[in-house]
Amino acid sequence: MSRTARLVDTMHDVDASHLTHGVEVAFHDLDLTYGTGTLALHKITLTVRTGELVAIVGPSGCGKSSLLRLAAGLERASGGSVAVGTESVAFIFQEPTLLPWASVRRNVGLLGKLAKLPHDELSERVDAAIRAVGLTDFADQLPRSLSGGMRMRVSLARALALEPRVMLLDEPFGALDELTREEMQLQLLDLYDRRGFTALFVTHSVSEAVLLADRVVVMSARPGTIRDVVPIDLPRPRHRELRFDPAYVDYVKTVSDLLRKDDR
Amino acid sequence: MTTVPAVGSFKAFAKAIGAGRLRSLMKRALRALVIPAAVVAIGMGAWYGATHFLLSPSRRFLLPPPQQVWSRSFSDPAHLRPMLDALAVTVKVASLGLLIATAVGVALGAVMSQARWLEGALYPYAVLLQVVPILAIVPLIGLWVGYSTSARVLVCVLISLFPVITNTNFGFRSVDRGLHELFDLGRASWLQRLVRLELPAALPSILTGLRIASGQAVIGAIIGDMFFARGDPGIGTLINNYVAQLRSEDLIAAVLLAAGFGVAVFAFFAVLSSVLVGRWHNSGARR
Repeated sequence: MSRTARLVDTMHDVDASHLTHGVEVAFHDLDLTYGTGTLALHKITLTVRTGELVAIVGPSGCGKSSLLRLAAGLERASGGSVAVGTESVAFIFQEPTLLPWASVRRNVGLLGKLAKLPHDELSERVDAAIRAVGLTDFADQLPRSLSGGMRMRVSLARALALEPRVMLLDEPFGALDELTREEMQLQLLDLYDRRGFTALFVTHSVSEAVLLADRVVVMSARPGTIRDVVPIDLPRPRHRELRFDPAYVDYVKTVSDLLRKDDR
Repeated sequence: MTTVPAVGSFKAFAKAIGAGRLRSLMKRALRALVIPAAVVAIGMGAWYGATHFLLSPSRRFLLPPPQQVWSRSFSDPAHLRPMLDALAVTVKVASLGLLIATAVGVALGAVMSQARWLEGALYPYAVLLQVVPILAIVPLIGLWVGYSTSARVLVCVLISLFPVITNTNFGFRSVDRGLHELFDLGRASWLQRLVRLELPAALPSILTGLRIASGQAVIGAIIGDMFFARGDPGIGTLINNYVAQLRSEDLIAAVLLAAGFGVAVFAFFAVLSSVLVGRWHNSGARR
């Protein structure tokens, strides 16, 4: 199936003309005004190429998460357009967002169940996703018996079970401790290398953005606009040791400087 | 065969199962048996005290001592049998009333949670049910549906409906917004959302409502017995009769039986709550 063969949008008007070949997600001249009248996003134009991992950083309240929610169809744009070249989209929230009464296995299979996937296929996908995040031994546990990091991995597995072409990740590791966060970053990198999905990743952490992304989008404070886009030309697969690479450190400094422009 | 010497056997036992585990077992036994038994003993003592020290012998018939209630009512089949038969009638009425209140209350609470305008339209009537004194509308119920069992059931329904409606509505409205968005992303149908998200998420609140409603249903059934005496007598009918005949022992026994039924119903819902939601929600967890 061609990567951009179908255009199935969720809840808002779509201008498909921006989905040129090789582009999976396209924001064009996008405006978002909240119900209170606050202009949250202004003239956002951004394309995410197929198989690319793009990170978005910016000050609190600049509309990073809203951008992602617009792509998922959870919010409506006030102007401009959002186009996603597939309906195979998974969204990972800031919180694990699990059904507390359902086991890990049932949580991971939830979206497939809603999509009415055939039982055998869903079962295979769920097992594979649970294996991929290293939770096989916990498949029958309830979320309350898991640690914060493990719950986040369940959330990741739930997204993986959809075998999505596009992953939208909204600060998924923000609430985790430093060690767990690093572990999850490496796990995401590993999954990305093996599965090759397109990803849009919102984060507060510049170092996380540089470690994961092919490009880092730096946004300005409200109303959120794109201040700059920094291509991260670091080799893949990426490992823990990359953090000590001078090139990585340079990228972190560049992105941090761009973020601080607001403070000057 | 090995024998454990009597002296020091407790120490040996403690050593065998571990001191920590023994302490925990003793603590649990204390909580489960000793403390409730002590409370009962204190209650009995207070009862004796009231009978013998507060009432003069000529007025002691108003509150006969516990052993007299036991010997004249509980241990005498001629007195106990009619009470148990009446209690069975009351249990049937209360159960039927609670069942109807549960079905109607959960349905209304769920419907009200779907839209603010529906809540605005229905909630005032639910409040009306709660604030109108049941005794004030009992005569109306008698006029409308007669003085038989259906009137008693209706009283139970009216008195126990409100907690079911409000708790269900609260439970449905308290579903995590993130989970709703997850179902939005999964393009869940209305039915999928109801069955896979809203009902299980609201279950702890619904069960809390049922626990409150169960006590109300018992009260409703007894009030119903008292006002609608046509048909098989309930425990409330007997209570009325015992008051009229000044049969204090039987009156106290009947009240104790009715209270025991109320406690049993409440305990049933506590256990049900523990079984259904105890593994994942604090409201049903055993402390």
